[in-house]
Amino acid sequence: MTTTLQKTPEPFDLKSELQEHQLPLWVPKAIVAGAAVVGVLLAVSGAVSIAQAVLIGWALTWALPIASRVVEGGRKASDRTVTLLVSSAFGLALIPLGSILWLVISRGGPQLSAEFFTYSMRNVVGEGGGIYHALVGTLLITAAATIISVPIGLFTAIYLVEYGDGNRLSRSITFLVDVMTGIPSIVAGLFAYALFVIFFGEGIRLGIGGAVALAVLMVPIVVRACEEMLKLVPNELREAAFALGVPKWRTVVKVVLPTAISGIVTGVTLAIARVIGETAPLLIIAGLTDSVNFNLFSERMTTLPVFTYFSVKFPGVPPEASIDRGWGAALVLIIIVMLLNLVARAVSYFFSPKGER
Amino acid sequence: MAKSIDVSDLNIYYGDFLAVEGVNITIPQKSVTAFIGPSGCGKSTFLRSLNRMHEVIKGAHVDGKVLVDGNDLYGADMDPVNVRRMIGMVFQRPNPFPTMSIYDNVLAGQKLNSKKMKKSEADTTVERALRQAGLWAEVKDRLDRPGSGLSGGQQQRLCIARAVAVQPEILLMDEPCSALDPISTSVIEDLIHELKTEYTIVIVTHNMQQAARVSDDTAFFNLAGVGQPGKLVESGRTEKIFSNPDNPATEAYIQGRFG
Repeated sequence: MTTTLQKTPEPFDLKSELQEHQLPLWVPKAIVAGAAVVGVLLAVSGAVSIAQAVLIGWALTWALPIASRVVEGGRKASDRTVTLLVSSAFGLALIPLGSILWLVISRGGPQLSAEFFTYSMRNVVGEGGGIYHALVGTLLITAAATIISVPIGLFTAIYLVEYGDGNRLSRSITFLVDVMTGIPSIVAGLFAYALFVIFFGEGIRLGIGGAVALAVLMVPIVVRACEEMLKLVPNELREAAFALGVPKWRTVVKVVLPTAISGIVTGVTLAIARVIGETAPLLIIAGLTDSVNFNLFSERMTTLPVFTYFSVKFPGVPPEASIDRGWGAALVLIIIVMLLNLVARAVSYFFSPKGER
Repeated sequence: MAKSIDVSDLNIYYGDFLAVEGVNITIPQKSVTAFIGPSGCGKSTFLRSLNRMHEVIKGAHVDGKVLVDGNDLYGADMDPVNVRRMIGMVFQRPNPFPTMSIYDNVLAGQKLNSKKMKKSEADTTVERALRQAGLWAEVKDRLDRPGSGLSGGQQQRLCIARAVAVQPEILLMDEPCSALDPISTSVIEDLIHELKTEYTIVIVTHNMQQAARVSDDTAFFNLAGVGQPGKLVESGRTEKIFSNPDNPATEAYIQGRFG
């Protein structure tokens, strides 16, 4: 008799097939909280440095994937391991951001006052004075750079998406835009300087020159942003307009651009935020002054990053007041960039096509 | 209003690829003509060549003649923009302009061309077009709301209203009901019945019952194999095509024993 052929099937229990061991919901939270508490206690007790305490706390959180492997098995343990790795990477990325913000706010915050915003540095020695001239310079030069680069960038993007259609010219433009993205900002500054030297001779310093240098840096960013946004406009909308007997240019102006406008404005705002902190090109072509200058087309013009650089690098005697002003200017610049980002979000919220959200 | 279309020896290309070959057909005025056939046989391509929408795609071109009242649409001095003003089109997927209100969507043909209109004239046009599209009762209290907030069937009728608001001579419909439920479909079919008193209508459909219900004439397209051009197999009165077609392939397709 062969018993192997007569083997009775094992009783099939659906419930045990579907069930799986699981850590109670409170366990992950408890492990993370415990690790944090241990880290904080170690840091407070002074037995180890803060960096060491953070590392020890982080090492302790690995108890979670280990416990998971013991109780829950391989799949969930892998899930928890990767979750931990991703969260750690996020935390690591936040460290420089947090520490910069902390440093700039703690050093620059006390500088912010009415005088700081309304006085220039003209005839100021030692304490007092402010960033009014640098604020004016930054806003004027960045605005001029935007006015120069947005039409160029937007029209280039329209050509690439609506008319170029992957032909040789549009492919070379795309390539050149990519190359342009990689231009070091100092080279853009030298380009603007060389350009203006042709007309005005050696040693020229002009606000508009700074705007040209920033525009060189902005154009590729604007082209890229607008191109992506125009590509997102569904082809069906273009066809709908064509089928109504609307010429192509009107379709672009009245259908494609309004549909993409929120993305375009967001992209432009982020491009502004990207170039507003440039120092090197402005150092070369816009120069440094202690006075307020509203005229982009004559004389030197100080911007916030250049002001910060000189305040800290050449503080004079005694140095404290000047260095503090540098921190204050850096904080103002960060606030401007943050405001620009908020504006971009608000614009994309209010301009986006209605009825879909 | 309403014109007939005479197509002779039309070959339609995508680049070098011949997509539809040698079409000869007469589409009578003020009637509904349905194009049926398997996927990829060139029905939609042929439809799009009737108002020069085909050439919007890169590399696409045609040779042959499409005569509307004796004028060749592909003549050297013809402007495709004017052709499309005269021959309207409704697409497979409803595509109202998301940035415009219902009111502006109906008037899109005029507004996008910056045509000056008095307010009263514009109001009359909107109401007439929406009534023709059977949408007036549903949207008359919310004309300023975005067109993309309507249901799929309503959006499609909005697109029909938009197409008839520019008062074309001919209306092309590319599977207008394929994305819609049966109720919206029947609303649009009723609408097609009413519109044919004023317009010449050409409709592409995958639904044979729909072709039988709405059309006066039917044209059957087929292709010999993958990579081969599509061809017009047979065309004629809908009753004849559905009851007693000349070509065995037509009969096989209509009876559902194809291939």
